[in-house]
Amino acid sequence: MQATHDHAAGHDHGHAHPTGIMRWITTTNHKDIGTMYLWFSFVMFLVGGVLALLLRTELFQPGMQVVEPEVFNQLTTMHGVIMVFGAIMPAFVGFANWMLPLQIGAPDMAFARMNNWSFWLLPPAAALLVISFFVPGGAAAGGWTLYPPLSIQMGPGMDLAIFALHILGASSIMGSINIVTTILNMRAPGMTLMKMPLFAWTWLITAYLLIAVMPVLAGAITMVLTDRHFDTHFFNAAGGGDPVLFQHIFWFFGHPEVYIMILPAFGIVSEIIPAFARKQLFGYTSMVYATASIAILSFIVWAHHMFTVGMPATAQLFFMFATMLIAVPTGVKVFNWVATMWRGSMTFETPMLFACGFIFVFTMGGFTGLILAITPIDIQLHDTYFVVAHFHYVLVAGSLFALFAGTYYWLPKWTGHMYDETLGKLHFWLSVIFFNVTFFVQHFLGLAGMPRRVPDYALQFADFNMISTIGAFGFGLTQLLFLYVVVKCIRGGAKAADCPWEGARGLEWTVPSPAPYHTFETPPVVR
Amino acid sequence: MSQTASTAPSYFIPQPSTWPIFGSFALLFMALGTTLWMNDVGEGKYVLIAGLCLLFYMMFGWFGTVVRESEGGLYSKRVDVSFRWSMSWFIFSEVMFFAAFFGALFYMRVISVPWLGDLDHKLLWPEFNAAWPVAGPGITERFETIPAFGLPAFNTLLLLTSGVTITLAHWALIANNRPAVVRWMVATIALGVVFLFVQGYEYTHAWRDLNLQLDMGAYGATFYMLTGFHGFHVTIGTIMLIVITVRCAKGHFTPTQHFGFEGVAWYWHFVDVVWLLLFIVVYAM
Ligand SMILES: [Cu+2]
Repeated sequence: MQATHDHAAGHDHGHAHPTGIMRWITTTNHKDIGTMYLWFSFVMFLVGGVLALLLRTELFQPGMQVVEPEVFNQLTTMHGVIMVFGAIMPAFVGFANWMLPLQIGAPDMAFARMNNWSFWLLPPAAALLVISFFVPGGAAAGGWTLYPPLSIQMGPGMDLAIFALHILGASSIMGSINIVTTILNMRAPGMTLMKMPLFAWTWLITAYLLIAVMPVLAGAITMVLTDRHFDTHFFNAAGGGDPVLFQHIFWFFGHPEVYIMILPAFGIVSEIIPAFARKQLFGYTSMVYATASIAILSFIVWAHHMFTVGMPATAQLFFMFATMLIAVPTGVKVFNWVATMWRGSMTFETPMLFACGFIFVFTMGGFTGLILAITPIDIQLHDTYFVVAHFHYVLVAGSLFALFAGTYYWLPKWTGHMYDETLGKLHFWLSVIFFNVTFFVQHFLGLAGMPRRVPDYALQFADFNMISTIGAFGFGLTQLLFLYVVVKCIRGGAKAADCPWEGARGLEWTVPSPAPYHTFETPPVVR
Repeated sequence: MSQTASTAPSYFIPQPSTWPIFGSFALLFMALGTTLWMNDVGEGKYVLIAGLCLLFYMMFGWFGTVVRESEGGLYSKRVDVSFRWSMSWFIFSEVMFFAAFFGALFYMRVISVPWLGDLDHKLLWPEFNAAWPVAGPGITERFETIPAFGLPAFNTLLLLTSGVTITLAHWALIANNRPAVVRWMVATIALGVVFLFVQGYEYTHAWRDLNLQLDMGAYGATFYMLTGFHGFHVTIGTIMLIVITVRCAKGHFTPTQHFGFEGVAWYWHFVDVVWLLLFIVVYAM
């Protein structure tokens, strides 16, 4: 019995391990897989960023200069799809892979081999998206929401996008089942649910959302596929269908999806603020309940994306109030973060800067969200740049800033080195300034009536568009600085202590830096 | 004979594995092949078939590895609980997949079709009578539906019976009565196979004789997509039943540890419940 135990617990010490590329292809180690997720998402972030810069280049001046309108639409669509499914979501899964087992005292994820597949499904999906640019008719060009009838009329690029989304969905569902199972079943003795770090809690709820809505997206795009090739009429009024039906199904997925991209960010920020305020998180229990209420409410607000399609006024009222209700748990969270800082002994290292930046700028995005929730205002602002500004405030300054914060926070644990603090701070300030230069002016563009997803615009919008494009290039270049800081940190730097942050708490800081290949083979006991 | 959970290590982490990358290439080929094939590049089907072969190879190898690990006594009580959680969440994801199609049926039947038949739309389609079952205002061809209390009711009976036989097999497994397990499992499989044959016959009849085809608007699309995906799940379930029966015959599982069996039983019950819903909202109502 003892022999069996030793063999399996230290399963590979005595075995020849694949090396080189095969190590990464065959690995069942959560840290290897987490690293691959993070690098993959960063590459996709750069690709999606380049597409965005092409868009901004076209929009630098009124008139058509750089790309054809059809190409502009393809770039818009692929920028959205790649950033949402290729950059933000896999980046959070990378964090989950790296940190969840360390935070709950597990030796690895519950299903280490399936974990490998979850990651290795991403490159084929990315390949399909890239290939789609080169097929007749080009890449999908109906916007990331793939609304029919556009998505039904397009060429083979749309089929490739649909299959890419199917594969990404399969990856997300497997990853989420793995995460839920790991959190529910692999916690160290004494690590009760209400003792878990908030990052684990937010991921548990996020994974639940993913399992609930990714299959719904799969259903929606399957209907698009059969409408395209097998003569069904789901979204065609001549056959009793309705294009609006797609919007309902899509946004039943789509609204929870935006929380899938922000709840883990809440988790990361809730880890960092207590660490640098050197205080316990204020209102842990209310944070957990707030996260759960946001998740539950997210299922009954979807039609706020559809106020202009012609719904009954009762439905508009319902979705308006349900949406505004979400401000309550979100407000609880912001309040708790601020209350954690209250009378804390604060220092502002890069993770804390990004976390504070997150609170400021994400909250602004939250407020514009409330504005857009109000039906009569939304009818004015629908499909304008105001909406673009709103969701970039929550996705870039929200999700992405939290990802940066988390990266700087855990980089010493991952690499064993401290990153360059000066460059990190520079990265933060440049990011936050250029972000606002890019997107703040887009509120004005939207309020003045500039529609989104158009390659050309009236002269009156010229100044703000020029400012926005300059900001976008600044923001894009700043991210190369981030790459430099990370690579520099991997290659060397001051040796990081096991717990490099004075106020940081949690099991991940009890293991050496860099975290050894295998951790918690004997479960720690949490009291 | 399986080892019991008490001798297994508390954690199990598998060796590095090449199965996942085979699966990734399989799905890449399937996606590319299907795209080519649907866009009239005939060679696409060979790419699709290559992908499918690779997928079957991967599943055979991967599940084989899992079975060997399980029978080798590497799976502890904790791993067993992990399997239970994951199977439950997987079935939940399947429920949500079907929910999208049931939702589409609900929307068309209750909202979009009556809407297309209302007074406003009389201008556009004066002839259209929005009485379900209906194809849609732009489709002039006529079709008939399959009466619920013929073959569909018989199929309901088959699946409900198979839910009983698989439970009897489970009880026999707990009582460690192998021959009875195999007998009841063979009965379950037989019921599943007959169900699929009846469904196939019904499709042929509907398509040829009743002119009920996939392009028959709201009714045709929801009818074939819902029953089609259900039939696909029955097929998968039947294959799973066959695998489990072979494993039972080989002496796998113990009266106390047999989640492989239970997981398949859960899946089979899920498929059963979906059919009941289908029978009510697609055929009977
Ligand atoms: Cu929404």
